[in-house]
Amino acid sequence: MDILITGLLLGGTYALIAVGLNLQYGMVRIMNLANGELIVIGGFAAFWFQTAASVSPLLTVFLVAPVAFALNWLIYTVMLRPLVKRAKSRGQLEVDAILTTFGLSFVAVGVMLAVFGGDYFSYSYLARPVELLGATFGLNRIMAFLGAVVICGALYLWLNHSRPGLSIRAIAVAPQSARLVGIDVQKLSALAFALGGAVTAVGGGLISMFLTLDASTGVMFTLKALIIVIMGGVGDMRGTIVAALALGVLESFVASVLDPGLTLAAAYLLFLLVLLFRPQGLFGRGQA
Amino acid sequence: MRAPNAVLSLRGVTRRFGGLVAVNDMSFDVTEHEVMGLIGPNGSGKSTTLNLISGALAPNAGTISLRGTPLSQLPAQDIARKGVARTFQLVRLLPSMTVLDNVKAGAVFGHRRRWGSEADDHAMAMLEKVGLGRHAFAVPSQLTYIDTKRVELARVLASDPKILLLDEWLAGLNPTELGQGIDLIRALREEGRTIILVEHVMDAIRSLCDACVVMASGTKIAEGTPEAVLSDPEVIRAYLGDDDA
Amino acid sequence: MKRDAWQDLALGAVLLAVAACLPWFGGSYWLSIGVTIAMYTVLATSWALFSGPTHYISLATTAFFGIGTYTTGLGIDHLPYWVLLPIAGVLGAVLAGLVGLATLRLSGVYFVIFTLGLAELVRQIITWVQNFSGQKGLYVLTDITEADIYWQLLGLAGIVFLGGWAIGRSRLGFALRIIGDDETVARHSGINTARAKVILFMVPGAVAAIAGAILAPRYVYIEPLLAFTPMLSFQVVIMALLGGTGRLWGPLVGVIPFTFLWEAISASFPNQTTLLLGLCFLLIVYLLPKGFVGLIESVRRWAKSREGYA
Ligand SMILES: Nc1ncnc2c1ncn2[C@@H]1O[C@H](COP(=O)(O)OP(=O)(O)OP(=O)(O)O)[C@@H](O)[C@H]1O
Ligand SMILES: [Mg+2]
Repeated sequence: MDILITGLLLGGTYALIAVGLNLQYGMVRIMNLANGELIVIGGFAAFWFQTAASVSPLLTVFLVAPVAFALNWLIYTVMLRPLVKRAKSRGQLEVDAILTTFGLSFVAVGVMLAVFGGDYFSYSYLARPVELLGATFGLNRIMAFLGAVVICGALYLWLNHSRPGLSIRAIAVAPQSARLVGIDVQKLSALAFALGGAVTAVGGGLISMFLTLDASTGVMFTLKALIIVIMGGVGDMRGTIVAALALGVLESFVASVLDPGLTLAAAYLLFLLVLLFRPQGLFGRGQA
Repeated sequence: MRAPNAVLSLRGVTRRFGGLVAVNDMSFDVTEHEVMGLIGPNGSGKSTTLNLISGALAPNAGTISLRGTPLSQLPAQDIARKGVARTFQLVRLLPSMTVLDNVKAGAVFGHRRRWGSEADDHAMAMLEKVGLGRHAFAVPSQLTYIDTKRVELARVLASDPKILLLDEWLAGLNPTELGQGIDLIRALREEGRTIILVEHVMDAIRSLCDACVVMASGTKIAEGTPEAVLSDPEVIRAYLGDDDA
Repeated sequence: MKRDAWQDLALGAVLLAVAACLPWFGGSYWLSIGVTIAMYTVLATSWALFSGPTHYISLATTAFFGIGTYTTGLGIDHLPYWVLLPIAGVLGAVLAGLVGLATLRLSGVYFVIFTLGLAELVRQIITWVQNFSGQKGLYVLTDITEADIYWQLLGLAGIVFLGGWAIGRSRLGFALRIIGDDETVARHSGINTARAKVILFMVPGAVAAIAGAILAPRYVYIEPLLAFTPMLSFQVVIMALLGGTGRLWGPLVGVIPFTFLWEAISASFPNQTTLLLGLCFLLIVYLLPKGFVGLIESVRRWAKSREGYA
């Protein structure tokens, strides 16, 4: 039981970062391999404000979100859009995007190492035990989970009910037709990419409340987020959330029953099964 | 059930895209040495039918067979090897390779497999046949539109197919080129090749096809000689019609 | 055509023979640089054999390499060294085949992600098994010298170049060029694209594993973090792309300058190697999409057209 709840709490935060990535990949078709570094940056901001100025990480998030939004918007318009324009085929864009975002991820790690060094950073915030359904959990984990729920919920409503949200989904489904009905694909792609980045960075801020991070942990998160996105189905927010919760539960199960060192191996095995049997995602429909 | 000398037979072939039935319960036979026209208004399911035959898509129901061997459910490469070769509505060439190598692709991996100088000679012969011998070492980006179509046709011919599927091979040509194109296909017909021709150009259909199948909204609405189907009131309604325009 | 081919082979053989003299003339510093260059040449060239034509970016080099290292580490006390190299090759090829079967029918993104995590997966499993058995690392004590390692790597490089040359002339090579240009056309021409890709992916798998097995004696003490350094995969990708994958010799043109740059940076700014990798990736995408090979060829074309006008 505790394993289940710990897993769900962890999965909630995973959901947030994976939803951010899925906004970028599902809607804009750019696989952002620098996703994990955004998490670390978000976490670092939370750490810094907490230790230097005792600002609650839950408040820092309001600062992190617009900054990450602006940063990702810039990355998209300055670096990625030219690639979209020059690509002769979908495959070429894919390769270019992979290399560019890897490049960005390494540059981000390099800069963080240079500025802050390679130490782990963690802080203690709301590290009080709380009783829940007969077991105790850190209050910070619960708060992070609630934060994730609020943001995912808001995003879901926005995508399904607001005009820009619906337009973004239209682009994901049929970019050509979206253009025909007067949707500004370029502008909305940038918006979706920036929004995805902001959501991811906020997820990083929340995660740092209970996990220890360092400059080079980003790639771990990137991997997990990618696995979740593929498992849940590209562009499918509901699937992403279910997959994230499943991964959270699996990880906490493996960590407590087998060995904490094997969590990634387990996530990987799950990924392999998905690739073999449901490459279109848990809820995806038949062959494309 | 199957015509005795049928090369290709479709029976009840159906393909859906979500709610849309792009090909609905299609059945027809193509006999040996026959040029069969597959015609119909835009979006009526002609290309989808070719995609189902060539294995680019799998049918949801029905069977397709080549001289009695079932093809439906096989991957495209196996269907190609059994002797079904196609061109694409939007010409697909290999941009980084020479014209000769483009054609060689068909000669090396197709129905009859060749290698080395035999493949080179055969590819060259096919290029000569479509009238492109002098461009053998050009790259596709240097060719005119009709020449890119010729390369694709030569690639298809190079595999010695039992049946050729040509998807709007004559579309987009100017009047002179159209004349040349029709002559080229007539030459293939005279060689005794078996061909399915998807076309919008009515003159070409009248002068080239032995038989026609007419599709509208995924369904077969008429079948017979070109003269007969083109004067069929239902066919005329489908082309001019209210629901498909 | 025929004539050119034999000339290429002869030139390659002469260069290899010249390179083989290094241990007698260079000092130990140059020998160690030589080992590094030979190692990356082997890895980057075999990487490009697969990734060049198919455009699938493999980050699995580390995984294969580490498996090779561990083959030597675990086997050295039980089997003669020379048997271990082919065993490593087979293990690498089998792992590559399995990975290929699972991922190569899918889009390139899935492949990158899967290979990115593969090394970490194998590392976690080995670490876990070691924790079980209570040992931390393995000693590889042999009398193999640095020069021996260098010669073995050169030999492997020779095999890789010869293999690449042969593949380039084979039906498999032709099939891969077609697949790289247009997979739909490839399939409709009768090419079993999935099989061709899996078979070719086994080549870098086997080669990287053998390279790992050859280098194991140099490390003396092997532990998971050393055998499975994540950086290795990225370095190989960068060197191959920097050189250019359009030609067999392309990666070599990337390996040599990058090795010196890397040595220089890691000697004076050891913390900035990550930044260097990142900048190289961006450099490749924005300025050298076809690598040095592409650059050399466009300069040549330009010179030719100038000649034409003169
Ligand atoms: N891959 C696909 N996914 C979804 N719908 C498709 C797909 N391919 C075709 N369709 C739809 O199926 C219907 C039939 O299309 P098809 O391309 O077969 O028509 P066609 O007869 O070849 O038309 P045209 O003369 O314009 O080439 C169209 O409504 C088209 O939008
Ligand atoms: Mg069509």
